Amino acid sequence: MTEAAPDGQYDAWLDAIEAGEGYYLECANGHGWLPPRRICPECRSRDLGEERLPDSGKVTTHTTITVPTPQFEDDAPYVTAVADFGSVSITGMVRGIDPEDVEIGTVVGVEVGERVTTGDRAVVFRPR
Amino acid sequence: MSNPRVAGAGVTKFGKHPERTGRDLFAQAGLEALDQSGVDSDDVDALFYGNFMGELAEHQGHQGPLMAEAIGLDVPATRFEAACASAGAAIRAAVKDIRNGEADVIVVGGAERMTNIGTAAATDALAIAADDLYEVRAGMTFPGAYALMARSYFEAYGGSREDLAHIAVKNHEHALVNEHAQIQKEISVQDALEAPTIASPLGLYDSCPITDGAAAAVLTSEAYAEEHGLEAPVAVTGTGQGGDNLALQDRAHFAQTPAADAAAEEAYADAGIGPADVDVAEVHDCFTIAEVLAIESLGFYERGEGISAATDGETTRHGVMPVNLSGGLKAKGHPVGATGVAQLATIAWVLDGSHPRADAVEDGRIGVCHNAGGTVASTTVHVLEVAE
Ligand SMILES: [Zn+2]
Repeated sequence: MTEAAPDGQYDAWLDAIEAGEGYYLECANGHGWLPPRRICPECRSRDLGEERLPDSGKVTTHTTITVPTPQFEDDAPYVTAVADFGSVSITGMVRGIDPEDVEIGTVVGVEVGERVTTGDRAVVFRPR
Repeated sequence: MSNPRVAGAGVTKFGKHPERTGRDLFAQAGLEALDQSGVDSDDVDALFYGNFMGELAEHQGHQGPLMAEAIGLDVPATRFEAACASAGAAIRAAVKDIRNGEADVIVVGGAERMTNIGTAAATDALAIAADDLYEVRAGMTFPGAYALMARSYFEAYGGSREDLAHIAVKNHEHALVNEHAQIQKEISVQDALEAPTIASPLGLYDSCPITDGAAAAVLTSEAYAEEHGLEAPVAVTGTGQGGDNLALQDRAHFAQTPAADAAAEEAYADAGIGPADVDVAEVHDCFTIAEVLAIESLGFYERGEGISAATDGETTRHGVMPVNLSGGLKAKGHPVGATGVAQLATIAWVLDGSHPRADAVEDGRIGVCHNAGGTVASTTVHVLEVAE
């Protein structure tokens, strides 16, 4: 069986988070994005540089998913949330906290975990 | 500039038809539309066809020619894909071509076969309308995405699950007389609140069902309709489309849908009307919260006020601004690629008086269709008016 090719800058970004060197891309006007980006869709700046991802972000919205796709069957129920890290927001699975206790404003750090169902890498948030 | 007329429309019974192929579903709707229109098939210039998940559900790409053939047409046929707004995008392209004089008759339509692969695989297929790398791999599902938007809405503006339940109750009640509807069952607010959660804060009754079905309509130029003495009293007078970042995380807020704002603004300007002129609307309520976001983007309500519209009875068939007289996606069903044209058919039938809920707006002259893709990263809005 042929092994699937990595997803370029996305997998490199996960590698960086795993190594404790998480980053995001920022244009000259302070718009933040996740890779790959060649242009800022907000201001069309092509001058995007890597900035260090802050150690923690705040949950801006969240849901506890009880009806998953097959790729997350054994993960459910799980919490998916969007967290605000300043110039950039990230979507991840929240672990290390009872789903009932996740709130808008919960402070989280970002790491790379594994999906229970498939063993694939996943962006994981943990309360800080 | 002359506005295209809706010369005929056809819609299959929406529901669970796992054994029916997409081509058979579309053939039924398309032939019904052609028959109803009185248009000679030789006069059709093109087929614009919406479909979202045909590769996953039927292992079938390149559906344009297949569907033209299924309704006996030998014409250029193109498939449009904009997730749940695929058919809306097909309508828009047809409206432009007819207005430009490039075509006199275009069949628009869409079909989706979904239940044959089961709920889990269909949930998986629907999820690919989101950003695969940054959303789907973080566990995002289609209901999950709207749950994130609903929670943001509650946080920003207030409202409750009970308000959402009133939307479900309303749309179920509207569908009771719609023979095309997947679900013809009255429910109570209590039923909705007690239903199992699928993605908090959304429950089973906040969600549209998984649906097989097809819809088609025949659009003609005004001149063609007149020359051929067609009975086509309803015209498409405005078209608009908006876009947004694909991933929710990249948007400024999750409780507003700027793509729909833009589509509505463009469609209203195109038709020379404003939201206050609209008598009736079919909006994209794939989830109850989506109806709230839609009626705010369409300008019927200020931000934060759409949530109580159903609770207050304003968007019911007895209210001042009836929304989703068909039952909406919620009760009528949501065969993704067909939905936009099914909405157009509903509004055309309401305005010409042939829809079973047309009595809700007896003197209605202007209706609007709002068709949204994914988490509203694509939206089309069309204005329909009684032209004669
Ligand atoms: Zn920028």
